[in-house]
Amino acid sequence: MTSGRTVFEVDPEAIGPSAELKRSRNSRQRAPWWLWAGALALVAPIGISILALLVRGLGATDAAWATLFSFRTVQLIGRSFALTALVTVTATIIGVGGAWVLARTDIGFKRLWGVSFAMPLVIPSYVLAMVIVSASGPRGLFADLVGIQLPFVSGLVGAWLTLSLATYPYVFLITAAAIGRIDPALEEAARGLGASPSRVFRTVIVPQLRPAIGAGALLAALYTLSDFGAVSLMRFDAFTRVIYAQYSGRLDRTPAIILSIVLILIAGVIIAAEQRTRGKGTVFTSKPSRPPSVHRLAGTQRVLSVGAISIVVAFGTLFPIAALIGWIVRGANNGADISVPWKAIGGSLTGGTLAAITAVVFTVPIVVLVVRYASRRTVLLERSVFVGFSLPHITVAIAVVAFTITWAGPVYQTLGMLVVVYAAMFLAQSVSAARASLAQIDPAIEEASRSLGRGPFATLLAVTVPLMRRGLLAGGALVFVTTLKELPATLLLSPPGFSTLAVRIWSSADELLYARAATSSLILIAVSVLPLYYLSIKPREVVD
Amino acid sequence: MKRISILVAALAIVATACSNSGDSSSITLYSGRSEILIQSVIDAFTEATGIDVAIKYAGSADLAATILEEGASSPADVFLSQDPASLGSVALDGRFERLPQAILDRVPTRFSDDEGRWVGTSGRARVVVYDASTVDPNDLPDTEDGFVDPEWNSRVGIAPTNGSFLAFVATKILVDGEEATLAWLEGMAANDSPKYPKNSPIVAAVNAGEIDAGLVNHYYLLRALAENPNEPGLNHFFVIATPGSLVMPAGAGVLATSEKKEAAHQLIEFLLSNDTQRYFAEETFEYPLVPGIDANASLPAIETIPTPDINLSDLATVLDTATDLVAQAGLL
Repeated sequence: MTSGRTVFEVDPEAIGPSAELKRSRNSRQRAPWWLWAGALALVAPIGISILALLVRGLGATDAAWATLFSFRTVQLIGRSFALTALVTVTATIIGVGGAWVLARTDIGFKRLWGVSFAMPLVIPSYVLAMVIVSASGPRGLFADLVGIQLPFVSGLVGAWLTLSLATYPYVFLITAAAIGRIDPALEEAARGLGASPSRVFRTVIVPQLRPAIGAGALLAALYTLSDFGAVSLMRFDAFTRVIYAQYSGRLDRTPAIILSIVLILIAGVIIAAEQRTRGKGTVFTSKPSRPPSVHRLAGTQRVLSVGAISIVVAFGTLFPIAALIGWIVRGANNGADISVPWKAIGGSLTGGTLAAITAVVFTVPIVVLVVRYASRRTVLLERSVFVGFSLPHITVAIAVVAFTITWAGPVYQTLGMLVVVYAAMFLAQSVSAARASLAQIDPAIEEASRSLGRGPFATLLAVTVPLMRRGLLAGGALVFVTTLKELPATLLLSPPGFSTLAVRIWSSADELLYARAATSSLILIAVSVLPLYYLSIKPREVVD
Repeated sequence: MKRISILVAALAIVATACSNSGDSSSITLYSGRSEILIQSVIDAFTEATGIDVAIKYAGSADLAATILEEGASSPADVFLSQDPASLGSVALDGRFERLPQAILDRVPTRFSDDEGRWVGTSGRARVVVYDASTVDPNDLPDTEDGFVDPEWNSRVGIAPTNGSFLAFVATKILVDGEEATLAWLEGMAANDSPKYPKNSPIVAAVNAGEIDAGLVNHYYLLRALAENPNEPGLNHFFVIATPGSLVMPAGAGVLATSEKKEAAHQLIEFLLSNDTQRYFAEETFEYPLVPGIDANASLPAIETIPTPDINLSDLATVLDTATDLVAQAGLL
């Protein structure tokens, strides 16, 4: 069965703001200045824009401070925390369970399962929410098509369901990649000593996977925290909803800024918590000498595993796609517009590709600094990258508008500016994916290159980057699919005349033109499947 | 090193290549009205005048906030908004310039800014959308005030963060006063009125049978019926003048910083042309504001809708208060 084994390409272990400090082999060396220049070239402009906005928030009006210190704000923080915790736990259970079954058992059809299991990653959470809302209820699409009435889904349950489905792929992809790198010797030893399978899983496997699970859970948590589309359609009063409402509901923008500061603090707490849970667990950074064994599922186990995976795939992948097709068919019968939006497809592909390339380019210096030259400063760098992923996009957009128009007028509302913002917001994903690749490369290889006369920059390009190719490509793929789903920053920062599939979905759904929205949604999913396929499964050359 | 500088240079070139050029046969429009509802009108304008229009689409309130952030450097020439409060925010900040009298004279003064800084281009009535299969229209209250009655508990959808709802709340503040408005909002909150992000999901929820009624703009239902004629929803127009029966205009203004005002004025004239007004009536199901153009046959005539006596220009002055009251009532 080993020849048919598949491996997951995204992240590996130690990801997330990190514990690399103590492991870095040459942390005493000073990082070349150009590494810092490269790392800051992308992070600094966006970071400074956001800082400038926050400083403005400190000069807030009385109304803004009143908003902040109201009971309602406390209540909303509690609600957002509760939702984030629920979603993160659920996403972790589904993601880790799926990763284990698909990476380590003989379940069969692994490519098909792998792609369909990871698929919710490319379905925008607002589309998922829209589908769930309109399919439920006695007159819902589900009752129309299948004849079975689903109960209405909304509120906490709706938001929890939607966001769990939308975020478990992060945990799944990252954990699955790490499982492929576990050295089987340990678990074999444990089993040989008489430990039960469940005990082996708890005491041997999970500790080895903890950094990967933590990294996936962190992305899931921060995604949930910054989400606006799904919570508002599910009518769950989350913190982001209030931030958006404060931006659009008044001339005075300081209340929204103040609330954004609170959100950054919440994200900081979550990021720090993830670091703590990582603890002192031992992490393998070398490749295992041989592939891990494949667990043969017995009768009942097979039924249960296939059943569990099928339920998730049915809810997260098949059902939304079927509902989208249902809308298109119903709309087409009534003469609705279901034409292919070529311009929006072009805009999405251009934006997504450029954002992925930009993120990957700037990920290299950041990851090299974080892994090879770990210091307090690199920890701060990495943390700011993750905070960027947790901010509501409207806050980033408003900050960039104000900053760019004042200091960089000529690039305002250009495609270049939009791409830089995309890359900065989603950098956490490519940094996560690329980091472990580098952690696995023995610095001795780079040292050898240098001792043979290559300079540090030439070594980076000729040795380090090619070796971490996989992680960089996986990171680029993640940034690509996330960029395609992005809406608020695209609306405010794109050049006039620029359109994307996400924009078209938004404007169509806003006018209740479901068939039109569904056409763009299906195309968006189709366009993302190729990078997803690359992300989720790819036969790995067996290293002997 | 060299490669990094080449990369930076390349990115800079891409960035500048993508920035808009400033030739006079092209203007920039910030449109709070979505592409589906306006693109064909703009295409017709370009064909008729040879003026290209670069359009930025986003929510009206978001675009107003963007214009305020941009200040004097705003690339926008024209702002087309779905609601008068967003137009008022931009006007209050001094970012609009007075429109030519010929443009203002096209529509009744009650649908434009009293200082001529923006003009209404189409009308949208606040209505109650209700599920005709479960609600007898005779049971609907005379004004929105009746919906705080326990009888309507959990049955009436509202969109407290939406621009047109906030414009309605602002109207209520001007008509009934802050105290009464807060009491009404608190009543709706106490009645567990389901909250939606905007109008369209309320109409969808009524059609789906999830709620019995909702406070929305009139045209969403007509669009839903166009895609699926079997929907059970119906619109109810209040018969006495109340903030809940407000007809509020979508409208447009020209930015004071525009360097292409002549072309900008041409665009607004085009929006007020008989053909475009007819398009608004038949394609987007809104009320044409130019006298003599009829609304869609399924709608009551605009003159028959009782509407509260307020100055639309005042809405933006109480917009922040409206949001405060909505927050205070626990609806944010």
